[in-house]
Amino acid sequence: MINLKHTKMKNELIKPQGLVKNANRRQFLRMGTMTVAGAGLLLIGCNNDDDMVPAMPGMVSLGTGDIGILNYAYALEQLEAAFYAEVIKGSYFANASAEEKTIMGDLEKHERAHREFFKAALGTNAIGALEVDFSSIDFSSRTSVLGAAKTFEDLGVAAYNGAGQFLESADLLLIAGKIVSVEARHAAAIRDLINPGSADFAGDDIIDSNGLERTLNFTQVLTAASTYVKTEIDFSQLPS
Amino acid sequence: MNLIKLLDTICPDTKSAEDRDRFYSRRDAFRQFGDFGKKVALAAVPLSILNSIPHVAKADTASLIGVLNYALTLEHLEYRYYQMGLDSGVIEAPDRVIFQKIRDHELAHVRFLQEVIGNVLNGTPVAEPGFDFTAGGNFTPFSDYPTFLALSQAFEDTGVRAYKGQAANVKESDVVLTAALSIHSVEARHASMVRRLRTKKGLDTVKGWITNGSIGSLPAATTAIYAGEENLSHGGVNVANLTGIDAAAVSEGWDEPLDMNQVLGIASLFLAN
Repeated sequence: MINLKHTKMKNELIKPQGLVKNANRRQFLRMGTMTVAGAGLLLIGCNNDDDMVPAMPGMVSLGTGDIGILNYAYALEQLEAAFYAEVIKGSYFANASAEEKTIMGDLEKHERAHREFFKAALGTNAIGALEVDFSSIDFSSRTSVLGAAKTFEDLGVAAYNGAGQFLESADLLLIAGKIVSVEARHAAAIRDLINPGSADFAGDDIIDSNGLERTLNFTQVLTAASTYVKTEIDFSQLPS
Repeated sequence: MNLIKLLDTICPDTKSAEDRDRFYSRRDAFRQFGDFGKKVALAAVPLSILNSIPHVAKADTASLIGVLNYALTLEHLEYRYYQMGLDSGVIEAPDRVIFQKIRDHELAHVRFLQEVIGNVLNGTPVAEPGFDFTAGGNFTPFSDYPTFLALSQAFEDTGVRAYKGQAANVKESDVVLTAALSIHSVEARHASMVRRLRTKKGLDTVKGWITNGSIGSLPAATTAIYAGEENLSHGGVNVANLTGIDAAAVSEGWDEPLDMNQVLGIASLFLAN
């Protein structure tokens, strides 16, 4: 099962052919590289250093256990923060209404704060900076920016909701819970900007007949995110 | 919602081999049933299967039932509030679509929790309490729209904090935790929408997210609902110091939990004597 969750993003997410090669590469790296002991902040005491796989150049490995989940969140927060950093430099933002300027400015700060928090919490276990690709987004277009923001915020909520069950630490679960509800607040606001005064803020496309919001697994989330991320992300060691 | 997984987290608390066999055979029958589609709506589950599960009074299960009954109490409150609001005519016509959607979600949550408590965990869902949304004659939500909106915001923001506060208490069951998280984010969407609606109407200046511990223009009685939201430190990291981002924005970026006693203290204002 784990092998099937290997790593090639873009259009070759599940690619049994690549498995053998990857296993060899891992072993090689394990022998040839000294792993760095985790020295993250407070929350992360010890972790299985042995299982941490150093990333190839241009590739990041999220790692295992709670650290892997935190890196997963860190990757998504990097993506969101990078997006809003571009938004507030673009001409949509320059010409936006006061309300939309406030919202976009807030979201830029919130996501940057989330990103920096995870980076600090992970310490030496943190993945490197992802290379993003926003070439599909027109930062001068309100429709394009809000559409992308909706994608990112809804994706973030579904990702946190899906990943919570894999966290071992109750403290980390609480922190993830503190963030996910803010992402949901963002998502509702963006959806209301797109279709004001409607029921879309909590639409049937993401909430089922039991009143439960959708959850997405690692593969679904990272596949969706791969449109906007150049860096290859190895999530094969995340818990399942 | 994968009920198979939920059943897998529950062990029959019985010494009777017959009961155990029945439990596992029912679970297997249920598993086969589930093969027809991964997302089986709870309403579609034959009750005859679920009702046959023997006592599952394990400590974990009892604790799950307790938490879910607490959540059910809050969902009863919210559902009844919106239903009475829609029935009263207090909601301005263009906004009804918003509150119908919220009402639908709260009703779905009530039914979902009743189903899980009663037919999956074999517990007893709490009955709907009597509510007094005037809080002893202090509020008139069903004749004054600004008051209706104010209490709606208060209930939704409380709901977000209440679910958040229970996450750790249900984490032993992956499926219950995931369901709780999936309700939690829906409540947060509601809260964001109602907060922004109040500001759009000139009733407040709040944003979709909670700034510091501010109650905005809500009545002072809501202070407890926002107490602690000004927190800047998570896992021992003061994020304002870490990033240089202003404290107001950092406080907005993290929502804070409330424990059961805090929430029930707030909710008790609206329970009929």
